[in-house]
Amino acid sequence: MQAEELNLKKRAEKALQKRARYGEDFDLKSFGAAPKFAKPIKDLRELDPESKKTLLQVGIVPDAKARLGSLIITDNALAHTSLSDKSLELLSTQQALKKHPWLKAYAWKLVPVDTDKYSAKSYLEAADGYFIRVPAGKKASFPLQTCLLLRSEKVSQTLHNIVFVEEGAQLDLITGCTVEKGVEEGLHLGISEIYIKKGASLNFTMIHNWNKQIGVRPRTVVCVEEGGSFVSNYICLKPVRSVQSYPTVRLEGKGAVTRLSTIAIAYPGSELDLGSRAVFNAPGTRAELISRTITTGGKIIARGEMLGWAKGAKGHLECRGLILSESGSQRAIPILEANVEDIELTHEAAVGKLARAQVEYLMARGLSEEEAVGMLVRGFLDVGIRAIPKKLRREIEDTITKTALGM
Amino acid sequence: MLKIEKLTVEVAGKVLLRDLDLEVKKGHTNILFGPNGAGKSALMRTIMGFSGYKVISGRILFNGEELAELSVDERAKRGIGIMMQRPPDISGVRLRELIKATSRGRIEPEALAKTLDLKPFLDRDVNVGFSGGEIKRSELLQLAAQDPAFFLLDEPESGVDLVSIGQIGKLIRKMLSAGIKCPGERYEKGKSALIITHTGQILDYVRADRGYILCEGRIMCSGNPLELLDEIKSRGYEECIRCKLKS
Repeated sequence: MQAEELNLKKRAEKALQKRARYGEDFDLKSFGAAPKFAKPIKDLRELDPESKKTLLQVGIVPDAKARLGSLIITDNALAHTSLSDKSLELLSTQQALKKHPWLKAYAWKLVPVDTDKYSAKSYLEAADGYFIRVPAGKKASFPLQTCLLLRSEKVSQTLHNIVFVEEGAQLDLITGCTVEKGVEEGLHLGISEIYIKKGASLNFTMIHNWNKQIGVRPRTVVCVEEGGSFVSNYICLKPVRSVQSYPTVRLEGKGAVTRLSTIAIAYPGSELDLGSRAVFNAPGTRAELISRTITTGGKIIARGEMLGWAKGAKGHLECRGLILSESGSQRAIPILEANVEDIELTHEAAVGKLARAQVEYLMARGLSEEEAVGMLVRGFLDVGIRAIPKKLRREIEDTITKTALGM
Repeated sequence: MLKIEKLTVEVAGKVLLRDLDLEVKKGHTNILFGPNGAGKSALMRTIMGFSGYKVISGRILFNGEELAELSVDERAKRGIGIMMQRPPDISGVRLRELIKATSRGRIEPEALAKTLDLKPFLDRDVNVGFSGGEIKRSELLQLAAQDPAFFLLDEPESGVDLVSIGQIGKLIRKMLSAGIKCPGERYEKGKSALIITHTGQILDYVRADRGYILCEGRIMCSGNPLELLDEIKSRGYEECIRCKLKS
């Protein structure tokens, strides 16, 4: 074992007890290890209707025509890959590490192994996940889809995803994270390291669909080079015990841009601690962080942070939270930090109930109060995901309408 | 059709309408004049049932039924439709979606919007960034989709340029006449309306049956709307108040 690996291992072992900065502290010992083997899925169209439904609810479609490729991980093992355009790479992270010796230099570089006990555990288990590489100049015509499915009861799923969008390339990626029907308790720990090279762009949509006793701890860092663009939409509209995530986008090259949107609903018993962070490390970089959350009884903390270290950077942070029940809480924590002159960072935050005037305006058109509230709530969330490409957005809007709001 | 009897309304603890009597018969279009702050919009909002408009005494009857216990949407379903002067922004809801929901799928938004030059607006968020004239046309589009029997139009010509006034006026005329030309038939089957106007410009387009002057929350006078407008133009509302005080 090389010195660097030994060093990483030591750091990870030391961090195994390290509490995360935010969110409920899960005792990793009370969860078993997720199986490292998976029953292969040959063709997504051959899945049983129940499994198909599970995947559809997180934006994963069985139709190969609508997607360039698919990858599915169940528990801690690869179950399926298919890819119609072989100029791209879509394989498991462990396969990719074997295939590409150079990849070691990038793995665990953006997310430190000792971030907290969840990253440490993922490292020590040599977590698998998806590896995607879009070659320079390639503009993918259809989205790629990946699904991370938790199938076993009371285990901790550990994942490590690495994405490269090479110079001038472009990709739409949909990732759905969910549980198999009947799985009630578990942990989903996911490391994602995303590299967006010069002039490249990634449109990333992540849909979560969990269960009442599932804990979710994603750790994501994105590095965007000159002129690159990273657009992310995170959607979590079903009951869950606790999600704590705070993805960071490092804008490292001149003119790099990012837009991170979060839309989420907290049900009674749910705690959602959702943030997004943009670090402006190069001149002329731009960021927009948008959060639209609703509580129907759960607890929401919407964090947003912008750290400005380069001239000409411009960022806006928008946090809006709706309270739709007597219980439940919304806390918005926007942080702006400017360390150089000639920088413009702004934020607006608002939490509260639906405006009565809006509800009654729609009711005056003959909509019942329930219909009016439903329309306003859908609209409220819709604004959060407007950056999704049009065709895909329609799918996601359907998902929101049908599965999350039960309409 | 609409009968208001001895209505007193309070908003935030302040009486805005006092002992008000007003009637709009089937097929009639009545006009409500009055200076700023007279309580004209408050009356419309009270009829629609918006919260914050508390009826202290008196009653509002619509087709003989008392409205007091009915929610806003129940009033809309009975056939009352309102064109608001300053409707709220509905961020995230596209006009197309609202038109579809309002017409319960009866009307194709595209075709309807075309007649109102509002096609480009169908995919915009309702009222968000609309100009004065666009708001009026969007309100009318929604009313056309709703197809009420009774129209409450709150200053349809305010904040609108002259060209648009013509367009809006003609549209309102079309909606109110509902294809009925014979005056006798109008009083039997036609649409009814209560229109608030400041300038009286709308009277160039609609056939108004009766006018009311509202000042300081009270009906000061009623009569032929064109004559009332002439009176207001030449002598102002102060004269109405003086006249009422004398009687």
